[in-house]
Amino acid sequence: MKAIFKSISKTLIAATMIIGFASNAKAQDDKTLLGAGATFPYPLYSKLFSEYNAKTGIQVNYQSIGSGGGILQLTNKTVDFGASDGPMNADQTTKIGAPVLHIPIVSGAVVITYNLPGDNNGIVLTPDVIADIFLGKITSWSDPRIVSKNKGVKIPALPILVAHRSDGSGTTAIFTSYLSKVSPDWLAKVGQGGAVNWPAGLGGKGNEGVSGLVKQTPGAIGYVELIYALQNKMDYAKVVNKKGKTILPSIASVTAAGNIKLPEDSKVFLTDTEAADGYSIAGLTWQIIYKEQNYNGRSLERAKKLLNLIWWNIHEGQQFAAPLNYAPLSKEALKTAEKIIKTATYNGKAILK
Amino acid sequence: MEDLTIASKKAYNKKIGMEVLFTRTLIIVALLLIVLVLGIMTTLIIESIPSMKSLGFKFLWSKTWDPVNNIYGGYPFLLGTVLTSFIALAISIPFSFAIAVYLGEYNSKGWLSNLLKNIVELIAAVPSVIYGFWGLLVLVPIVRDFETKFNILPYGIGIFTASIILSIMIIPYAASMGRELIKMVPSNLKEGAYSLGATRFEVIKSVIFPYTKSGLFAGVLLSLGRALGETMAVTMVIGNTSLIPTSIFSPGNTMASVIANEFTEADHTLYLSALIELGLFLFCVTVVINIIGKFIINKFSNN
Repeated sequence: MKAIFKSISKTLIAATMIIGFASNAKAQDDKTLLGAGATFPYPLYSKLFSEYNAKTGIQVNYQSIGSGGGILQLTNKTVDFGASDGPMNADQTTKIGAPVLHIPIVSGAVVITYNLPGDNNGIVLTPDVIADIFLGKITSWSDPRIVSKNKGVKIPALPILVAHRSDGSGTTAIFTSYLSKVSPDWLAKVGQGGAVNWPAGLGGKGNEGVSGLVKQTPGAIGYVELIYALQNKMDYAKVVNKKGKTILPSIASVTAAGNIKLPEDSKVFLTDTEAADGYSIAGLTWQIIYKEQNYNGRSLERAKKLLNLIWWNIHEGQQFAAPLNYAPLSKEALKTAEKIIKTATYNGKAILK
Repeated sequence: MEDLTIASKKAYNKKIGMEVLFTRTLIIVALLLIVLVLGIMTTLIIESIPSMKSLGFKFLWSKTWDPVNNIYGGYPFLLGTVLTSFIALAISIPFSFAIAVYLGEYNSKGWLSNLLKNIVELIAAVPSVIYGFWGLLVLVPIVRDFETKFNILPYGIGIFTASIILSIMIIPYAASMGRELIKMVPSNLKEGAYSLGATRFEVIKSVIFPYTKSGLFAGVLLSLGRALGETMAVTMVIGNTSLIPTSIFSPGNTMASVIANEFTEADHTLYLSALIELGLFLFCVTVVINIIGKFIINKFSNN
């Protein structure tokens, strides 16, 4: 019996020591940066960080645990940067208690996908029609407001089934931000958020849940990330933008949507923007860091490494975006991003000049 | 001689020591379990305080779940959970009792019985996400055709579909327990009935069922517990809408499914707290149903 206890306690001691060494190693290892957050840019970040590692020898350990989780880890100061598809909200800003910087990395888009029998890829939808479909006001594909915009396209007279995300997501945040901007009715009744009280339709978990509902039900309409729609060769709609142009969602039109003067902190959704050639339902994805980098005994060295990484992401790193179906930053967005990085400080002094 | 007694005393003491150690280990493990359950309960209560403060008891019967405007009402999900669980139970009971009687009384030995027994147990071992997939790909189209024929809005997805999936998942619990109990009915009771001229059906009705009823009910309770908490398979076929279901064919949502869906991206304190309160609510519903069940079992057994 004693022997068993002895061996157990030995194992415990050994385990504690290993954990201790590991955490020590983490803190002291200047070759590794830690990040956590959004799942949407994860494929791109993997590519970026492996390229960066090959070039500089600095390893970036990124966990794609979701935007909310990333912000929480940054709040707990367990990572060097968080990543999010939506800007931090008031509640999160209060909790983190120190100024943070949102640096836009790339943008993505949300497309409206549908299931109509026959050959009708790229039907045209106007903002008011989209809002009224998702409000449950337009219930049939034979509605004159849909048909009049799609002359020459065969649209079967099916009832419309709305499919939306059942899980909280950045995709929903972008889409509802769009609906809130184009429809006062939506803004009043539903509003904008990662999860909302849907007035109509069925919920599916994740992009695959929504696309599953849409694929199974003739007459269904839903929204998914552009990347997901491209990879799965789904039908998606052209959308009439603020300037009245009919735009097919694509990498170019998503980048174009961000070619506007962004606010100084870049905390906006790229929805219903003034850009003439821009697709209307797009959003940035950010890496988030503390403005003052001297916290928790971090070295100036480490802060510099972090900023260099982010600087590289928005410059050389941008070439890897398009092949993976992410939209690179527009000229205007890049300018804003550069300005934001330069405001990061160490003991109050700018780190990058 | 003396040495021997000392040696045997030592051996005896060692034996006693082992005995005490064994008893203590058992007590500690049992206590740990209680601490764990109480711990979970306490955590749930503490974490849901912000939501309780802001919403009060309205949480239980308020009908709107609107994270944007911070309005949280658990009623639609309570309704969804209760509806799916009890419909599933109603569908599954005839099947599980039939299986229990067949395997316990009619065919309790031999390869066929073994095969059936193992297959029924396998039903419980299949991961729930697989039931979800099967439901989505096979059951939903069938239900949709059925709904089209009866002029119901053909979603295919909804409370009814979720209940069917659940009923299949919970069959083994009541069936396995029932089988064991029916096997254990003393043969002199059954033989007595037969000798009085009872038919097999009469024996089952008047001897086996009365003898095993509290146990059969416990099995049903186990099934219900499983149905109340099932998450993945339900969320894939129930439609996930916060609207109040208007019929058993309309889409809905359950408490477990809402928590699983919205927990990871619940980005403000009150929202997260409301979800945890929903968890606490589910915890309480399960406890209450279990207590009622225990009460009924006791009543049956005393009679």
